[in-house]
Amino acid sequence: MTTRRNLLAGAGLAAIASQLPLVALAQARDGVTIGMTLEPPTLDPTSGAAQAIREVVLQNLFEGLVAMDRTGALVPGLAESWTLADDKVSYTFKLRPNIRFHDGEPFSSRHVKFSFERATAPDSTNAQRWIFTPIAAIETPDPVTVTIRLKQPTANFLYGLAWGDAVIVSPATAADNKTKPVGTGPYRFVRWNRGDRIEFARNDEYWGEKPALAKAVFRFISDPQAQVAALRAGDIDAFTNLSAPESIKQLQSDSKLKVTIGRTEGETILAMNNAKPPFDDLRVRQAISHALDRKTIALGVFGFEVDLIGSHFSPMHPAYVDLTGTYPHDLAKAKALLAQAGHPNGFTCTLRLPPPAYARRGGEIVAALLAQIGIVAKIEPLEFPQWLERVFRGRDFDMTIISHTEPLDIGNYARDDYYFQYRNPEFKALMQRIDGTVDDGERNRLYGDAQRMLPRDAVNGFLFILPKITVTRADLDGMWTDWPLPMTPLAGVRWR
Amino acid sequence: MSGYLLRRLVSLAATLLVAALVIFLVLEILPGDPAAVTLGLNAAPEALAALRTEMGLDRPAPLRFLAWIGGMLTGDLGLSYTYRVPVTQLIGERMAVTLPLASFAILLACAIGIPLGALAAAHHNRAGDAAVMVFAQLGLAIPNFWFGLLLVLLFAIGAGWLPAGGFPGWEGGAGPALKALLLPALALALPQAAILARVTRSAMLETMQEDYVRTARAKGVSRRRVLRRHVLRNALIPVVTVLGLQFSVLLAGAIIIENVFALPGLGRLVFQSIAQHDLIVVKDLVMLFCALVVALNFVVELLYGLIDPRLRQAT
Repeated sequence: MTTRRNLLAGAGLAAIASQLPLVALAQARDGVTIGMTLEPPTLDPTSGAAQAIREVVLQNLFEGLVAMDRTGALVPGLAESWTLADDKVSYTFKLRPNIRFHDGEPFSSRHVKFSFERATAPDSTNAQRWIFTPIAAIETPDPVTVTIRLKQPTANFLYGLAWGDAVIVSPATAADNKTKPVGTGPYRFVRWNRGDRIEFARNDEYWGEKPALAKAVFRFISDPQAQVAALRAGDIDAFTNLSAPESIKQLQSDSKLKVTIGRTEGETILAMNNAKPPFDDLRVRQAISHALDRKTIALGVFGFEVDLIGSHFSPMHPAYVDLTGTYPHDLAKAKALLAQAGHPNGFTCTLRLPPPAYARRGGEIVAALLAQIGIVAKIEPLEFPQWLERVFRGRDFDMTIISHTEPLDIGNYARDDYYFQYRNPEFKALMQRIDGTVDDGERNRLYGDAQRMLPRDAVNGFLFILPKITVTRADLDGMWTDWPLPMTPLAGVRWR
Repeated sequence: MSGYLLRRLVSLAATLLVAALVIFLVLEILPGDPAAVTLGLNAAPEALAALRTEMGLDRPAPLRFLAWIGGMLTGDLGLSYTYRVPVTQLIGERMAVTLPLASFAILLACAIGIPLGALAAAHHNRAGDAAVMVFAQLGLAIPNFWFGLLLVLLFAIGAGWLPAGGFPGWEGGAGPALKALLLPALALALPQAAILARVTRSAMLETMQEDYVRTARAKGVSRRRVLRRHVLRNALIPVVTVLGLQFSVLLAGAIIIENVFALPGLGRLVFQSIAQHDLIVVKDLVMLFCALVVALNFVVELLYGLIDPRLRQAT
């Protein structure tokens, strides 16, 4: 409601705004102020799933054994190197020597053992336990060596170690990390004014290249028009992912600002309840896939072109196969398929939508497109907790629109109880083979097979990849513009 | 007078208890599990169970209600589900923004609205009156979040005099903090000033018809003095009533304005905690707002007595 009113207000104001001169405020050149939409609930990435936590702390305050660079490639983090033994289950990590936590405690192999065992303890609230469940044993022969033996070969074990959920913490400070985080990263925590800002300062003891800027501030601005105003007024130097796609043209025309549209791992889908009639009929799902004009949906949601998808996989991954041509927009074919399935005049169903704009705006367009083949989709907006309860956990839905923002999550299609209830033993067997395949080339080939299987079964309507809209001052360099994992590493950010 | 006070206080406590029960029950039947919201789509069932225990959600509802009431009486509002800090601390931090903001807005509204209303009444049916009525119409018609955006465009983006939003905190001195509050307070105050101007004007016009006003004029008191001493003062009763009502409207308006200006106040906290399903904070905040409104109405009733001695004697 507020959002729509703000949109109208924004449109009305754009005309006035363009008449006004832009006054640049003086910038503190040894610091940077970053705007974000959501405030993290805590600062501990090992005890909650909120993306905002990772956006603030990952590779700034906290580091894992393995890090990720801006292209999504795994690079050495706290471990300077690692090897996988011929048994394909024993990893040996060589740790960097002489690293200290922000409180002065020397980092060693025992911290790694502590962190991973803590993540699987009975009282652990780690949101991604799957990263650690393959671990059979952790050994620490000396302070700079860690050997991890897995129960079976696990392809994505190393990848998981780059996630925020696998950062290395210290036993002395772990319990307080939610409010007073202590890590090993290039920045250390200074202050958190809840509701407004979090402040970091450069870690002068950092083991790697020291950050160029002495101070970093994250500010939280949830209202889309307020985000635009703060950027234009010079209150903030950058915004990580702007919530106001309709303001992009206005910002692009501002010579003091730089707008970059990047990619995320957010596969956005029209999910269908594969266990519930009429969606249990492949022909119905295929008809719906043919009725979805992805380009129109994406344009209607964002106002600019984004990456379309034909399966549940991100184009950022090297194993990506372009399947966007599988179901071209074809109303005649869609109607024919519906008739074959026994619904020549369509049917009525519900479309339950969570709050994000891509779902609410996208839902309106999807409903209009489906109406063209006689399917009446009644829109039911839900708040996110209710969506989680009813749609995701209760599986009480016909269709919904949601973005799966976690990277490389195609494996969810092998879960019988997963909310869209795709049950295919063939796919499950394939995912098991992928999990056990540690050779990159072979695994990527198998990922290709998995990607093809999903549109073949028309499991869901595959729509587009969520874009990441980064806006920075024109003379600020080094901000990440893609999100292979949601994070905002600031060590490489500098003023020109 | 003291018997009256006692009776009022008892009914006040009863009102709050009923409010607490309603708030608790409504949030109890709301679907959605705070632990699931915190841990997201990939969470393992063991992790969810561990978090539910940590949040105290595994206890039966009546027990949690009693614990909540008991906690409130001892000043312990529990631990926020999302922030994991005491709710009292959260509310304290946010009060330091919202109370000054609302007070600032009330002051501005009075400073603008009451003189304008008096001016209109004094110039009844002349140009001054018409101008004030146009202002009041506009002030009521413009939604305050839109007026807020307009102010940001003019003074933050255009002139660059004031920040577009955010709050530097009081530790940096009162100057920057008040600067950050000026635009949002103005945006909040405008509709209130418009209402006050209207109420003041009509109350004064009504009072001018009273016999005692004619008597005062007849015995030779100047028009200006009659307006100030007899008319305005007697017209203040409806104005104070409206002011009391407005404070609750201001709190509601603050939810929107604090979002437009990214201010870390109570309104934004309400918004955030509802979105994140931080039910314990929602519960405490709604209770706090109830208590504030109830207490405010009580104060307004006491104020009547101060303004109008007749009401004091009658009770």
